[in-house]
Amino acid sequence: MTVLILMEDGEPSEQALTLARSWGGTVHSLRMDAITPFAPVAIAAILQRAADDLKPAAVFAAGTDRGNDVMARLAARTGLPFAANVVAAKPGDPVRVTRQRWGGSLLENATLRGSPALVTVAPYSVRIAEGAAPTQVDASRYLQEVDPRDMLVQVREHIDPPGGGVTLAEARVVVSGGRGVGSKEGFAIIEELAGLLGARVGCSRVVTSAGWRPHSDQVGQTGTKISPDLYIACGISGATQHMAGCKGAKKILAINADPEAPIMSLADYSVVGDLKDVVPAISAEIRKHR
Amino acid sequence: MKVLVCVKRVPFTGGKMVLAPDGKALETRHLGFTISPHEECGVEEAVRIVEAGGAGSGESVVLTLGPAEAVEQLRDAMALGIDRAIHLQTDGSEWDGESTAAAIVEAIRTEEAAGPFDLIFLGNESADACGFQVGLRVAHELGRPCATGLKRVKVEGPNVRCEQDTGAGRDVYVLPLPAVVTVKEGLNLPRYPSVPGRMRAARKPVVTSSPARPEQNLGLVELSVPGGPGRQTKLLGSGPAAAPVVVEMLCDIGVA
Repeated sequence: MTVLILMEDGEPSEQALTLARSWGGTVHSLRMDAITPFAPVAIAAILQRAADDLKPAAVFAAGTDRGNDVMARLAARTGLPFAANVVAAKPGDPVRVTRQRWGGSLLENATLRGSPALVTVAPYSVRIAEGAAPTQVDASRYLQEVDPRDMLVQVREHIDPPGGGVTLAEARVVVSGGRGVGSKEGFAIIEELAGLLGARVGCSRVVTSAGWRPHSDQVGQTGTKISPDLYIACGISGATQHMAGCKGAKKILAINADPEAPIMSLADYSVVGDLKDVVPAISAEIRKHR
Repeated sequence: MKVLVCVKRVPFTGGKMVLAPDGKALETRHLGFTISPHEECGVEEAVRIVEAGGAGSGESVVLTLGPAEAVEQLRDAMALGIDRAIHLQTDGSEWDGESTAAAIVEAIRTEEAAGPFDLIFLGNESADACGFQVGLRVAHELGRPCATGLKRVKVEGPNVRCEQDTGAGRDVYVLPLPAVVTVKEGLNLPRYPSVPGRMRAARKPVVTSSPARPEQNLGLVELSVPGGPGRQTKLLGSGPAAAPVVVEMLCDIGVA
């Protein structure tokens, strides 16, 4: 058996490679950066040509933005079904996959018909195992045949993130506020605690929908997925949409006036109380220690 | 500008995922429904683009594939300023990304007999199924360029400038119109519907048809709630008096 994998830099591709190897055949790989700047239609076209030649049982990619983008284009070009963000995939007819729904809050067992099976692997859902390096596909011969029309969709420019400093996704500590903060101004105490801990400020979806904080601060299924050492959730109920974004945190501290709020049983540590009293008290206590 | 926005009706899930007895769907009897979040921003953007052209200069249309009740989400979109709606009505069963895209393409082709859409908006992925493919399939079938996961969309003459969040800044694409774009929440801050907006929406036209559901190549077998050992919660205290215990914990794990 042969399988083909679209590889980019980073752990998610190593995770996808681990799943690809588990199919037990020869693994061929094509680099996402075979064309730079990124041109997703052209990469999908090259991937399609490589698949025509290699006749793989499956084509894998990481379930990153780019991985899902190129694989959906390959699916459209080939008229094949595509399963995004799988956590498991077993060869067979049909192929059986387990995939994430609701940003990972729910799993779906599904059958995938058609060959090759097109799947992306959900980031951080597979433990990386060492194995033989895949056989690199020689992309140069396919590159010469790329249709100029397939280069229409290509990155023209890159805009650096504003500010500098660590991004929400990379922060070691994140202090978040939710509905319980009550207003834009209410975030002053959240910012104060974050400042003392060298943390980034985050928030829940309710907060960005109300316009209290920019969307770039949102932790959740439709915001940023984070994996800090510590996540402090203040006045956040813990809806599935939010937990999908913060479940990667090593430790979670929840501060909530409602002891019955879902997050109070999903966290490692909890404090029952009004965040408007508790958060400044924690800040004051940290200052005392310095 | 003639703009189409495709939306999906999804439940508000709240704090816990509860499955229906057959294990093939969420138990939604006690849940409210909404337009999937990314697509709410698509609706807002479509309304803004047509508004920016001035009165009578263009038209915005919303389309959904979903059960009879999904007309609520079409009315919600029209309450925000969308002019009219297309409802591809289903019996409530799931449609995979491939068959959803095929039905949408057929509806667009019928609709475009009266003139093409300059821009078509879809969500980057639906909140529930998270298939990450309908927009790209629609674009491919229509032979139009498509950029995905956009946080900013700006029509500039014959082109649309598209900014894609990469987590480390933004990648910019410039696509010639007509084009298809898939967007993410954060594209804009959707407005709240006004009461007059809701009243106008009740009178706006909805064209309904019932496409046949083809065989599903990505077939749902069953759903499950991911298990694993949850976190063991330790109550550190109540009120401001808990602060010393909290700081002790922060020191223990090395963050303070």
